[in-house]
Amino acid sequence: MIRSSAALGKDLIGLEPLSRRQIRMILDTAEPFKEISERRIKKVPVLRGKTIVNLFFEASTRTRISFEFAEKRLSADTVNIGAVGSSVSKGETLVDTARNLEAMRIDMVVIRHWSPGAASFLAARIPSNVINAGDGAHEHPTQGLLDILTLRDHFSRLEGLKVCIVGDVLHSRVARSNIFGLVTLGAKVAVCGPRTLMPAGIEELGVRVFGRVEEAIEWADALNVLRLQLERMQDGFVPSLREYNRVFGITRERLEWAPRDLLILHPGPINRGVEIDSDVADGPHSVILQQVTNGVAIRMAVLYLLAGGAPDLAEAAKSGKGVRG
Amino acid sequence: MKRLLIRGGRVIDPAAGTDAAADLLVDEGRIVHVGPSLAPESAEVVDARGLVVAPGFVDPHAHLCEPGWEHRETIATGALAAAAGGYTTVCAMPDTDPVVDDPASVGFVVAAGRRARGARVLPVAAVSAGRKGEQLTEFGEVVDAGAIAVSDAGRAVRSSMLMRLALEYARAFGVPVLSHPEDTGLARGGVMHEGVMSTRLGLRGKPAAAEEIGTARDLALAEATGGRLHLQRVSTAAAADLVRRARARGVRVTAEATPHHLLLSHELVAGYGTEYKVDPPLRTPSDCGALCEALADGTVDCIATDHAPRTYDEKEQAFDDAPFGVVGFETAFAVLHTRLVLTGVLTLPELLARMSTGPARALGLAGGTLAPGDPADLVLIDTNAKWTIDPAAFLSKCRNTPFGGVEATGRVVRTLVGGETVWEATAAP
Repeated sequence: MIRSSAALGKDLIGLEPLSRRQIRMILDTAEPFKEISERRIKKVPVLRGKTIVNLFFEASTRTRISFEFAEKRLSADTVNIGAVGSSVSKGETLVDTARNLEAMRIDMVVIRHWSPGAASFLAARIPSNVINAGDGAHEHPTQGLLDILTLRDHFSRLEGLKVCIVGDVLHSRVARSNIFGLVTLGAKVAVCGPRTLMPAGIEELGVRVFGRVEEAIEWADALNVLRLQLERMQDGFVPSLREYNRVFGITRERLEWAPRDLLILHPGPINRGVEIDSDVADGPHSVILQQVTNGVAIRMAVLYLLAGGAPDLAEAAKSGKGVRG
Repeated sequence: MKRLLIRGGRVIDPAAGTDAAADLLVDEGRIVHVGPSLAPESAEVVDARGLVVAPGFVDPHAHLCEPGWEHRETIATGALAAAAGGYTTVCAMPDTDPVVDDPASVGFVVAAGRRARGARVLPVAAVSAGRKGEQLTEFGEVVDAGAIAVSDAGRAVRSSMLMRLALEYARAFGVPVLSHPEDTGLARGGVMHEGVMSTRLGLRGKPAAAEEIGTARDLALAEATGGRLHLQRVSTAAAADLVRRARARGVRVTAEATPHHLLLSHELVAGYGTEYKVDPPLRTPSDCGALCEALADGTVDCIATDHAPRTYDEKEQAFDDAPFGVVGFETAFAVLHTRLVLTGVLTLPELLARMSTGPARALGLAGGTLAPGDPADLVLIDTNAKWTIDPAAFLSKCRNTPFGGVEATGRVVRTLVGGETVWEATAAP
């Protein structure tokens, strides 16, 4: 049986195909779920009896744990599968792994995979709900949503808000999900970083490009600072980490020149002293830890909606009513 | 062998520039006469009324996968699938396992080709031993053994010096060097065309410049050496234009394009369908348009299928992990006729020329003509037949086509090699 929610469809693969209404609905649904994590007993029976598999072909700490907390706080039964030590490492294909899981009668799969398109590949082949937890450099929709929720918490409106994504956009699924989501919601989006790390035709996605971070700081209301993988230097995309920090690093000195207070986001994990300095990451404008907190609420909202929960019943669902069907 | 009269067809001979209702008489496997209302004694008659009779197609670029990859295709299945698409000659690329790079392996392909029923199979030998790009193969010996060209097949010859030596050394043996032009450093890791689509999908792109740099290099080397260069799978507007200008300067170059590069563009990759994963990648719609123009004006003088069978399991993977390649024999004519001839981009005789006479001349092969004395390698085509391309019906071992489900007009109904029918449509389509 194909399980498809009325609100979102069967799967969450990315933010690109979602409408403004759908993205707003996820954000709105996350609001009541925020409170659960503040309770003494952090558990509601919304997904009681549902089985969720966290299928992580690529290492992840933050995202995997965040999903697991979201699942457990909604009372789902969860199984974690990593690529190491499972049948995946014995050469079983992605589709065979999924079909075997399916045969054990699961309800949802959260997948992280190094290959762009892996989540939609899986979604097309199994009837369970599939949530993309990052597929190569394609999308990481729940990260995009939690970033947007954090922005909305602070600015209360997203339309016209100026958000600049700083760093390695070329290899970043976080950048793509943010761009697709924010553009759909009517925000003004820019990217900034070395031209070697800007993908071809990025302007055609509706974003402007700043070559120098000073220009971005002058323009933006918020900066979403991406992690610079150390491999990028070995591959020659940037000449040295030292220069990257000098030219593109978000430092306190640079922020002092900003015409307004900037909100600083970072999807983590942070390379302190490379893309962002500690006094910024830990400073008053940083919402990095709030992003992590919001991540759990967003993932609860997505799980709830894909399981068939009605958006307007999220508040009631918290206090005990399960998902219908 | 008995005599055969192919009667009442529209006979198109691109080499002679003729297109008229005529009969065609075959004796001992060779064409003896083409003319109106022939009435020879004691000849078997093939009724070609309502059909086009033309030289069998010549494919300058196919992968038959044997030896080494027999789960994808064998020389026998490939030769028959080729015949089903109207091909009477196919050039088998040497990227097998082991690589066809010495007289023994060339001899293996020749022998397996002779045993196969269907199109003639002509071996292409590697440019470099093991396709490693280090040392030339023994061109003299592989040509004596039957190789009709040299190519590192699907892999650029990275060293410009080695490419120069290949173009020079091949001259003495009268064979062309078939090149996959690419700056390998620039293209490394790419799985689709670099552009806004690769950016949206998060896939690594191969920039058009990688092909254009390779093309410019090979043209410069061909010009400097006077060697015979054949460019495989031209896919960008600028690469086609480089060929056009080089030929105007007198460079000895021929060029091929595939049906998928002519007709399909990178937007199709949007759903990560691995049937659209090819090398070079599907480019932009304007590249397709420029390539069609280059085909029409003769800059691109050959259609190649780059027939590359891949099994279901190999293609049933995430896009990054699936191999490049599509099959092409059994769809090439139908899709090109439907989308280029019926839309007025090319005339039917022009398409037939690019599929037979052009490739035969480019690679210095027999075929592509209907002159008396030539082998009776023929294709009979029903240009009005409407059919739906059904990959399950392919004779190839593999089904990896981007044209599955296409409503096509025009279908090969009979293929003759040396006067013998090697394939015939069983039911009226």
